[in-house]
Amino acid sequence: MLEVEALTKRFGDVHAVDEVALVVPRGQMLGVIGRSGAGKSTLLRMLNRLSDPSDGRIRFDGVDVTALMGAELRRWRARCAMIFQQFNLVGRLDVITNVLLGRLNGHGLLSSMTANFTAAERADAIRALDRLDMAQTALQRADTLSGGQQQRVAIARAMMQRPDILLADEPIASLDPRNATVVMEALQRINGEDGITVICNLHTLDTARAYCDRVIGMERGRIVFDGPPSQLDEPTVRRIYGVEAAEQLSESVTSTSLSAA
Amino acid sequence: MATSTPTAAIRVDPVGAFEQHYGEMRTQRRRRSLVFWAVFLVLLALAVDISTFFPDRLAEGLPRIGSYIYDTLPMLRPDVLFADTQTEGSLAYWYFNLPKYASLLFTTINMALFSTLIGTVGALLLCFVASRNLMRNWWLYAAARRLLEFCRAVPEIVFALIFVYAFGIGPAAGVLAIAIHSAGALGKLFSEVNENANHGPIEGVRATGGNWFEEIRFGVVPQVWPNFLSYIWLRLEINIRASSIIGFVGGGGIGQELHYVISFNYYEEVSAIVLLIILTVTCVDLLSERLRHRAIGRENLL
Repeated sequence: MLEVEALTKRFGDVHAVDEVALVVPRGQMLGVIGRSGAGKSTLLRMLNRLSDPSDGRIRFDGVDVTALMGAELRRWRARCAMIFQQFNLVGRLDVITNVLLGRLNGHGLLSSMTANFTAAERADAIRALDRLDMAQTALQRADTLSGGQQQRVAIARAMMQRPDILLADEPIASLDPRNATVVMEALQRINGEDGITVICNLHTLDTARAYCDRVIGMERGRIVFDGPPSQLDEPTVRRIYGVEAAEQLSESVTSTSLSAA
Repeated sequence: MATSTPTAAIRVDPVGAFEQHYGEMRTQRRRRSLVFWAVFLVLLALAVDISTFFPDRLAEGLPRIGSYIYDTLPMLRPDVLFADTQTEGSLAYWYFNLPKYASLLFTTINMALFSTLIGTVGALLLCFVASRNLMRNWWLYAAARRLLEFCRAVPEIVFALIFVYAFGIGPAAGVLAIAIHSAGALGKLFSEVNENANHGPIEGVRATGGNWFEEIRFGVVPQVWPNFLSYIWLRLEINIRASSIIGFVGGGGIGQELHYVISFNYYEEVSAIVLLIILTVTCVDLLSERLRHRAIGRENLL
């Protein structure tokens, strides 16, 4: 269980994330929605400590994550995997090496510097790729793949970490609708089959509705909605996205699904 | 012509606003470039005065350059051009010392290779610490930067003089001197490449739980390596020239011989050695240019 208490991130006078409180039970698929700059990314990046909170606390199964340092902090990052909007693969390395990077944590300095991975680790990497239908690209350079393929490799790398939580920061924002569907379905499968908690930043409503058990709406660093997607009515959505009453709001305009609502 | 609506009257004419803004910017830019050229001309005048770079002096000295070069030219006679080393006017007579030169040249090339290698290792060890985006500890960063600056600010000749004094005359002193200078120069170039590296892969590795060394090894090195290679080749070219000069102060190799024949006014041998050095540098240039282009070219294809 992931518990977040009064989590705050300040950049100067700006409160990017403002006293956020949140409890995420194991195995949930949680969507975080909100307009650009609402603090979604900052919140996610604090959860795996890529960014340090200014205030507040994060706890996982009773362990204070905010207090971790050094090797323990890196161990936490390995347990709390992340995928990114821009995939963040190492473009000049082949796909399988990229996936194997998911096992860096726990390697000694010498074996990691020489990229000396075991046959068992390679087998795990191929299986992780195969699950995402990407095994045939294993020896290709990562930067020769399309965006959708790169994101699947990134998911395979995350799965190699054998994580408890998978954070996804706008995973489909730079993908076309077909690839977006493939990636979202992969996340859903990981959540359902492996019981891994998935916390996913999304900027489109219909995706959140289609895939998430629970949705959090953020506005100016604060949580303004927390509930099942079915409770997302129009006034709430207008508030989250800051749409004026007179303006039109059409989900199908920003939709990334193939059969737009 | 239609009468303008009330809203149009209040709105600023976009073209007029742009022209005004653009005009202001241009005036400012002109003023700035005027200041720049004024400062430049003053500095140029000062430089000419200090270096006594005067036309009459140069005109007076030019013929002397010609006469020195003329003195060093060999007296080749076409009829005995390919005769043996005992015949005056033959190529063999001019290059009677070729075996010695060849072995010294071999030493010089080895000095260049070895000093580039040591310099590269030194630069690799320091360049990541000396990159602002990779090093969070400001003190370590600053220390690495200053060390690199020191290494490249001190001329090779000065290092060589110190090392010749310490280790005696010979290639070891020259190699060490050039290596230190190379480490400073390459380290600076490497760290600038690092600072332009894309942050995404670094963050990707960090998010898997990788430590600093792993971030560097997998997030940075694959990105920057082609650029590093290209700089190493360039440095090798520079070091071939540097190692043929370093002999002048006792650093070994062909330079030491060149210094010797110049001091003793063995004119024909001066031209023989200089020609050999030019040939070597040209060969290395051609070779390394091809290798460098291959390293970069492969990059652009993918």
